[in-house]
Amino acid sequence: MSSQSNVMPGSSPSSQGVAAAAIPAARLMYWSVRRELWENRAIYVAPVAVACVFLLGFSISILHVLVEMHAAPWLDVMQQRELFGQPYEFAEDLIMGTALLVGLFYSADALYGERRDRSILFWKSAPVSDLITVLSKAAIPIVVLPALTFAITVLTQWMMLMMSSAVLLGSGHHNLAILWSRVGIFHRWPMLLFHFLCIHGLWQSPIYAWLLLVSVWARRAPILWAVLPPLTIGIVEKVAFNTTYFGSLIGDRFTGGSEGVAIMEGGRAMDPMMMFAPLRFFINPGLWIGLAVTAAFLTAAIRLRRYRGPI
Amino acid sequence: MACIEAHGLRKQFGTTVALDGIELHVEEGRILGLIGPNGAGKTTALNAILGLVPYQGELRVLGRDPWTQRDELMRDVSFIADVAVLPRWIKVWQALDYVAGVHPRFNRAKAEGFLARTNIGYARKVRDLSKGMVAQLHLALVMAIDARLLVLDEPTLGLDILYRKQFYDSLLNDYFDQSRTILMTTHQVEEIQHVITDLMFIDRGRVALNCNMEEIEFRFTEVMVHPGKVDAARALKPIDERQVLGRSIVMFDGVDRQQAAALGEARSPGISELFVAVITNQGRRPQGVAR
Repeated sequence: MSSQSNVMPGSSPSSQGVAAAAIPAARLMYWSVRRELWENRAIYVAPVAVACVFLLGFSISILHVLVEMHAAPWLDVMQQRELFGQPYEFAEDLIMGTALLVGLFYSADALYGERRDRSILFWKSAPVSDLITVLSKAAIPIVVLPALTFAITVLTQWMMLMMSSAVLLGSGHHNLAILWSRVGIFHRWPMLLFHFLCIHGLWQSPIYAWLLLVSVWARRAPILWAVLPPLTIGIVEKVAFNTTYFGSLIGDRFTGGSEGVAIMEGGRAMDPMMMFAPLRFFINPGLWIGLAVTAAFLTAAIRLRRYRGPI
Repeated sequence: MACIEAHGLRKQFGTTVALDGIELHVEEGRILGLIGPNGAGKTTALNAILGLVPYQGELRVLGRDPWTQRDELMRDVSFIADVAVLPRWIKVWQALDYVAGVHPRFNRAKAEGFLARTNIGYARKVRDLSKGMVAQLHLALVMAIDARLLVLDEPTLGLDILYRKQFYDSLLNDYFDQSRTILMTTHQVEEIQHVITDLMFIDRGRVALNCNMEEIEFRFTEVMVHPGKVDAARALKPIDERQVLGRSIVMFDGVDRQQAAALGEARSPGISELFVAVITNQGRRPQGVAR
């Protein structure tokens, strides 16, 4: 081994005394997020797999579209929207649900797994601060996953529409206008983007931040530690005061609260643009309280990771 | 400039004192071997130097406080804390990409040069590599970092003798130069005998011995005493005496080599004999007990 050492690029003492320039935070963040995607391929594999399975099911059921086309003239616009739009809405819900599950499990393990497999010692040997590490892990469920699932949903719905159109064209229907207008996905996409980024990202962020905090703190069973304390509080509240404020507070975070409900309840029956209410969302104190809680949880997680080593 | 400077370094876990006032001064360009029995506080000392645990007392590494200035310090310090800390899911090319992405002093071509001498394929995952290969990969990553201080905690634990030999060879031939400092701990004391320039024994959180290797040459003498001269040998106050095959072997600290040679067969002790002599001796003396 040593005999070949002379062909190696030698270490240059000239570069020594010079203090190494810091790598920009954005670049550290980029590589930290990439590393998360390398480790947790479920972040994109799971929603894509679910979308593929759904598309497979949809392609089998696609002949229904012919029956629906025959039935359509006898229905009013609302019923047509329901008829054609249902599978598209179902695809959305399915992919969203998958993303939520992936995000929850990812967050509960993010700062626990690295301690369990001792790799935290390797990550800490790199000049990446706890701040960047925790923020990059928080960015996965709060930013990356919503953006990614939005793209997957759009792609899935586009393929569904193409498949239906192809079947219609192939069976002699040349007027696709009724299908395309009643499906209404093009109007829906901007709203869907808002929904993903704001409800799944910002509104649900305290849930992910809580899981990250538990994952950096727990010595074992982070999922249990994440679930039991809120559950206990909810039960004690129910027993003591016979109220369920805490439970509905948590529930609101999952469902998107009143904002999310307004969007979801509207469904396809209303003009999508009418449900698109970013102003109402951003003046909702619940959003800002949630974000403050997220910030507090993440700050605690950053502080705690400083003291954490392998378990 | 001193690379590491510690005064009264203390660390306590609950009621257990892990470090009990360590004094440490390591100049740039030295290779210090930190040797001690299990639980002596070696890893705690390294963790304090690497800013992984908070501590009491004064500690400067490359002029910085490791606990409060850890992020800046890690640009100039690299470490292998254990043989098995590379994440098992990572692929070799991913590890290279990541370190190249986040480390300002990483020389990718150099790391690839080291890897070219091994059988490690870039598409392989760490979990599929043998233990020796993982150590080689980690070493390739670390040696390609132009760090001013390299800290190795039991870097060859669990590796076979060929890998261990190779490990120290690469470290000395391909990595070390006068502007770098290396701090390492190991239980395989004989192996680092010709690697290190300075030696520190640590026992129960205290420094039991701290000297450089040239000093050991003329300071310590081990003598297999002629049967008739045992009393004469004892009169010179050896720091240790043991019986081997019916003969006394004594260790002297600061006794003239000529004088010692008159008592029997004299030689310079190896690190392991010295270690046993110093540490057992420490244990016997009540004031040597840390707790």
